Amino acid sequence: MTLNNELKNWYVTNFKMFEEGLNGESKSKFHLVRKDALSKFRELEFPTTKDEEWKYTNISPLLNYNFRQPVSIRLKPEQIEKYLFSTKDFITLVFVNGFYDESLSSVPKEIKGLTVKNLSAALKENSPICEKYLSRFAPYQSSIFTALSTAFVKEGTFVHVEKNAVIEKPIQLLYLTATGENIITNPRNLFVIENNAQVKIVEIHKSLEENVNFTNLVTEVVVEGNAIVEHVKLQDENLKSFHISRLEVDLKKSSNYASYNVSIGASIARSDINARFNDEGGECTLNGLYLAHENQLVDTHTLIDHAKPHCNSHELYKGVMDDKSRAVFNGKVMVRKDAQKTNAFQENKNILLSDDAVVDTKPQLEIFADDVKCSHGATIGQLSKEGLFYLRSRGFSEELARTTLIYAFASDVVHSISISEVRDKLEEMLAEKLLK
Amino acid sequence: MLEIKNLRVAINGKEILKGINLKVNKGEVHAIMGPNGSGKSTLAQVLAGREEYEILEGEILFEGKNLIEMAPEDRAREGVFLAFQYPIEIPGVSNTNLLKNALNEIRKYRGQEPLDAMEFLTLVKKKMPIVEMRQELLSRSVNEAFSGGEKKKNEIFQMAVLEPKLGILDETDSGLDIDALRIVANGVNQIKNENNAFVVVTHYQRLLNYIVPDFVHVLQNGKIIKSGNKELALELEEKGYDWLKEHEAEFVAAK
Ligand SMILES: Nc1ncnc2c1ncn2[C@@H]1O[C@H](COP(=O)(O)OP(=O)(O)OP(=O)(O)O)[C@@H](O)[C@H]1O
Ligand SMILES: [Mg+2]
Repeated sequence: MTLNNELKNWYVTNFKMFEEGLNGESKSKFHLVRKDALSKFRELEFPTTKDEEWKYTNISPLLNYNFRQPVSIRLKPEQIEKYLFSTKDFITLVFVNGFYDESLSSVPKEIKGLTVKNLSAALKENSPICEKYLSRFAPYQSSIFTALSTAFVKEGTFVHVEKNAVIEKPIQLLYLTATGENIITNPRNLFVIENNAQVKIVEIHKSLEENVNFTNLVTEVVVEGNAIVEHVKLQDENLKSFHISRLEVDLKKSSNYASYNVSIGASIARSDINARFNDEGGECTLNGLYLAHENQLVDTHTLIDHAKPHCNSHELYKGVMDDKSRAVFNGKVMVRKDAQKTNAFQENKNILLSDDAVVDTKPQLEIFADDVKCSHGATIGQLSKEGLFYLRSRGFSEELARTTLIYAFASDVVHSISISEVRDKLEEMLAEKLLK
Repeated sequence: MLEIKNLRVAINGKEILKGINLKVNKGEVHAIMGPNGSGKSTLAQVLAGREEYEILEGEILFEGKNLIEMAPEDRAREGVFLAFQYPIEIPGVSNTNLLKNALNEIRKYRGQEPLDAMEFLTLVKKKMPIVEMRQELLSRSVNEAFSGGEKKKNEIFQMAVLEPKLGILDETDSGLDIDALRIVANGVNQIKNENNAFVVVTHYQRLLNYIVPDFVHVLQNGKIIKSGNKELALELEEKGYDWLKEHEAEFVAAK
């Protein structure tokens, strides 16, 4: 406990430095939220495995470090090129060590109906949208990591798509950590998509070096009536890093949100994903893939809240676990009393490639309405012996047969991504990882 | 080409094959018939290298090489092909992908260059008419949502592309309608030549009207209890297996 307090004091002290760096912005309204979040951060405790929500995920390794505020460094375009999709075809925002790098980014001067910029710029301009929504959905009162994020909100991506605007070019967000041992970044995203608007967003989290870093990410997404959002996230940080992320999605009438969450890196990767149907007719897809090896731990907690009738949710999470890695999947689907005509489908499938890998999977359906169609299932298995024999009987080496089956199992999750460049790249990356 | 000597095989401690002897020369077609559970599929799977079976005794020589010591993939690369009684579905792996990898693994083993995409496509196009294979099936996942007949057709199509020396057909005819049976059997006849050989497991004479066997063997309770020419199949069709049992009993009693 004292250790925890010392650690909290460390971040509180760092907050003073952070505050000084804000200059005039510390006078903004939002700064009051930061301060409130900081005081909540002080009150809250870091979770232990005694907390139901963290039962299988012991984060004490993360608490062994005093993560420092990052310093900005400059990278050359050549150094990051290979992590980006074509800047011609994508609107591009690049963050290095948590800082927006304008020279590496490529944001067209004007796209009708779209505002996309560094969050800190939006805050400086006192954007009313930011004021209205930022921190409204992510509960810093109850989550210590979200409190930490909220206290340190500065850089990140603000996307606002106006009514009826259909943004053809996908937006790519590249969050890199480079030089710097034991740094923490708190990237913060706010996406607000107004009525009938459409947008596609891809986030990539990547470390360029083998330092122990901590990414504490929070993303809030507001999907207004009839809007359509596709959101892909690739977390490919180094195997020493920590990645804690929260995604909050607020779905309005007949809106459609799809998330593809691919988690490959980090020693401990924890995602909390919460989607709420706040009106009728919504569609929500949560797809995810985690690949883990060595001693990685990947933990996904999702909650789909069917608060209103006539909504469909579709969730598919797959995992491929090797060595001594460990996965936790906790998928909750809540169907409230009024939410008649709900369709909710959830599936978690895992393949264990080693005897030492472990998966704890817990689908939870809580249904309070009676006229609903809900299904859920979880499987943990090995590669099919019959499948392996079939391929080998056709001449495949044992290794090729194994990797072919693993690739087929895993790549299925990303097949429905509509941005072909992103789908192809992810498939290629999976093939490279799995068919080595 | 293939010589099986006194093969005894068990699974889960239960002896299934109890001393099989069989010799297949190139250019020949051997039919294996016999009641359910007599061990026909066991024999087929053992030849293809299924590892769950325990070889208690005996030898399997393929072109003079000891098959028992060989991994399934090496058997395939040497030229053994099994058309499965129950072909499995492999979601996420397209038929084209399977064939291309299989072909190139086999070619690599034989010291040949891999086929490039164009050469491969040309080859596949050439083979498609053999079993009237539809293009649409090729781009789908292996056997996924294929009808029973399409699965069987697909096995023969793979055989046409991979050109094995020995084709083992495990009840390829079961589940086929009359037209499909004719197409598949004609396919096998087109693949057949003086340098390859086939072992055809079947319950029905009607397949053997198309694929005419040089020899017919009756497998019962893990043993080949009778061998003969194609007339034997006709006789079995007429009289059933019980006739053979009586026959055998008489045979034993007379001694
Ligand atoms: N894994 C197993 N464990 C125990 N017994 C098995 C196993 N696999 C097969 N057998 C038994 O071996 C025997 C032979 O089975 P096999 O599949 O070879 O028969 P078959 O002649 O092909 O029959 P069919 O005509 O029905 O296809 C059967 O009695 C079957 O139950
Ligand atoms: Mg059988």
